[in-house]
Formats: sequence, structure tokens, C-alpha cells
Amino acid sequence: MEKLLSKDLLGIKDLTVEEMNLIFETADKFKEVLQRPIKKVPSLRHMTIANVFFENSTRTKLSFELAQKRLSADIINFSSSLSSIKKGESLLDTINNILVMKVDMIVMRHPDPGAPHFISKNIKASVINAGDGTHEHPTQALLDSYTIKERLGNIKNKKIAIIGDILHSRVAISNIYALQKLGAKVMICGPSTLIPKHISSLNVLIENNVENALRWCNVANVLRIQLERQGSNKFPSLREYSQYFGINKKLLDKIDRDIIIMHPGPINRGVEISSDIADSNNSLILEQVENGVAIRMAVMYLLSLNKLQ
Amino acid sequence: MTNKSRLFNEERLEITINRLCHQLIENHKTFDNTVLIGLQPRGIFFLDRIKKKINNLLKKEIKTGVLDTTFYRDDFRSNEIPRARETLIPFLVDGKNVVIIDDVLFTGRTVRSAMDGIMNFGRPKKIELLVLVDRKYSRDIPVEPTYCGIKINTITSDRIEVKLAEQGFEKDNIWIINK
Repeated sequence: MEKLLSKDLLGIKDLTVEEMNLIFETADKFKEVLQRPIKKVPSLRHMTIANVFFENSTRTKLSFELAQKRLSADIINFSSSLSSIKKGESLLDTINNILVMKVDMIVMRHPDPGAPHFISKNIKASVINAGDGTHEHPTQALLDSYTIKERLGNIKNKKIAIIGDILHSRVAISNIYALQKLGAKVMICGPSTLIPKHISSLNVLIENNVENALRWCNVANVLRIQLERQGSNKFPSLREYSQYFGINKKLLDKIDRDIIIMHPGPINRGVEISSDIADSNNSLILEQVENGVAIRMAVMYLLSLNKLQ
Repeated sequence: MTNKSRLFNEERLEITINRLCHQLIENHKTFDNTVLIGLQPRGIFFLDRIKKKINNLLKKEIKTGVLDTTFYRDDFRSNEIPRARETLIPFLVDGKNVVIIDDVLFTGRTVRSAMDGIMNFGRPKKIELLVLVDRKYSRDIPVEPTYCGIKINTITSDRIEVKLAEQGFEKDNIWIINK
């Protein structure tokens, strides 16, 4: 396989293992490009990409933007808070207005699940889902799997625990799809109020005790407690959450085995993870950010091949 | 009707590579400020052979790298989709003499993209080009080789077939195929 099957990247659910491996192999090459004195290639110099963000983002947006610049694409940035959405314009009208300005690819984050899917059916440009509500965040899952593969050599039969707020997490869903397709065993762990009921249909192990989860896994992917959703009373207090589900040195010392720690960011230090663990040698958090640029370069490069064929 | 004639067999290839190595040494003497860069996919096989011979002749390790030009090409969308291969240039080329090594020079577009790629590793003092087969009168871009194994007249529909032991073939053979 030399290219992706679809013009879009909407979710991991639609990707084949071959496509994922093609993205990883291409990302290897871009990772080398990023080590050069001049970290830029002209591959996408003919393309204009719009970053359309209807929700806040720091690292995903920066990572996409940097990846686009490294590929020499022209980019425009759109954020809903400063736009005519506030004046009542519909999503499709907004996108079509961007597209008549000859945009070839849309990177989109939206609070509603399925928004990028809706857009992709209505336009010819490629659409990359940069997070749609609580549904999927495919590039994050790809970079997580890539980072695990880079550290452990292989993902097959590895045990990965996803710990934290699964209920509100698109990262968790995309990670489950990606890791299972690549042959890993996946466990999710968190307070039962933060574990959605339908999750068992994804064939994952469910655990409410964080120590048990850590004893089981090779890799712990720790998710952020979404502070903005604190009002919904899913757990009594941050302090209590941290006591029962926070990953800290004392807990890991008890287990006495090397566990790789990951976190998609942003980190609430002292809540889901303590600083000494986040900054330890076993933490791959900064590698995740670094690999994010290479993975996003690979995805956009491969989609650009489809676009103009 | 397809017509196939041999440009190189194993013995002839050996003699030609020997000659190219001596030409390189004649111009670059000790290779203190010279690096060789082989182009993916088949230029790297010739790079390896040339490197071994020059290392033997000079009794030292010369610096080499490999470059994949996929990301620098201007025609990758109109051709078969290439899969990007490894690039490994573990040094800066600032102020260095760089010799690009490839198997066949045809339109010149690969070499142009290779020069773009090399510039990302610094500003070389000079860039030269070594090719085994130069297809004359086929250039889209004014690129000429500095060192050349053989020059042949071809038309666009002709094809050069390179089969080397490194690719798993029993013997080295390079053919020209006229259709």
C-alpha cells in the first residue's frame, strides 16, 4: 500500500492496519527531516490548508500548524470565537466560504461529534478531524501508538491502560481503536462515573482500581480530568480524585516495575499525575508532542497524494 | 517489437566503476573535504561499491550519506506514487564538495530535487554529479554529469533496466529496452 484509501482522516475506526503502518513509516521519514538544519520540505507548496477550530486547542493546533509550515503549505487559521458563526452563519456555509478561496484541505475541531463527517460528505477538499466532541481524535491516537511503538519496538500483545476521564475523552476512544487494531490489549480505568456504559462493547477490560491497572499494564496513558466539566458532579472533589486515581511516585514504587507513562496534555499536575512522574525518565509526554508534528506531516502528505491523483 | 541490448555485464560494470573511482580520486585527492551522497533507490548500491573501492585505495573511511528525493520532487503526483525511503546524512555539508551518485540520468528532475534536498543540510562549496548511465537528449532541465559511466542516445519510450546483485539478482546486468 502506497497511499491512504480515503480523501479524509475522520477517525481511526475507518483506518486499516496497513494504512496506519503506512502513516508510521512515512512519519519516520519526516522525523528525520525534523532533525535537519533546515527542517522543511517543499512537498505541499501547492496546497492551501485551513485550520478551522470551533473549540479551544493549544498543542493540536500548534502541532498541525507547524507540520503544515514544515511541508511548505500555505495556511489560514479560523477560530469560531472571532468569526461570523457568532452572527448566525451555518457550519456548511462557513466551510464553503472558506473553500471558494481555493482551500485544498481542512483541519477541523468541533464540539459536536460527527461534524467533520458531515462536512466531508459535502465538500471535495480533504478533511482531517482534529477532535470532534467526545467522538474521535485520530491524529492523537496515531501519535500515541507511534510513540509506544518507538519505545517498545512493537505494539502487538502489549498491555495498555487508559486511566482517567474516559467519559469525556475522544482520545480514549481513538486510542482504543488504534491499539486494538495494532494488536494491543487495552484496559480502561477510572471512577465508574467517568466510564461510559457502552464502552464494554469495545471489548476492553474495565478496572476501577488504579493500582490493579498499573500492575497489569506495560504502558499507562493518563488522561486529563476535564476541569471545565467539574459542575457535573462525577466525583466529589479533585482532591479525592487525586487520592484514589492520581499516579504518583509512591504508587509506582509499590509496583516496582518499569511502566511507561503517557499523557496527551494538557496536564493537571498534582491531579491525575504528579510532577515527579510526569518529568521522570519513564514519561514519554514530551516525545508524544515531538512525534505529533511528524505524524501530522505524514497524514497531510499522504492525503495530499490522494487529493490530486 | 521490443529490442533489448546489454549496456553492462558484471565485468564491464566492475571496470567502469573502477574508472569512476580513479576519476573521483584524481579530482578530490584525499577526500578530506568531499562527501558522496547516493540517491534512493538504486544510487545507494553504486554509492556502496564506490565507497568500498575508494576506502581500499585511500586506506581510510570516506564520508557518505543517502538521500531520498521523494519530498522534493515536482512530479510525484503524476507518476506512480512513490513510498518515501530512508535519508541518512549524519553530517553538515557546509563548505564541502558533494558528489551526488545515481544510476541513470534521464530528465534531470531527480537531480534537481536532490540538490534541493542537499541544501537542507547546509551550503556546499560545490556539487558534482556521478551517474552510471547518461541518457543524452532527454533532459527537461539543464543538468549534466561530472562523471559518467556510459553515454547513450535514447528516445523517451526507451527504458533502462538496472538489475544488481544487491537487489537479489544472480548477476549484475544493465539493459536498454527499445519498444
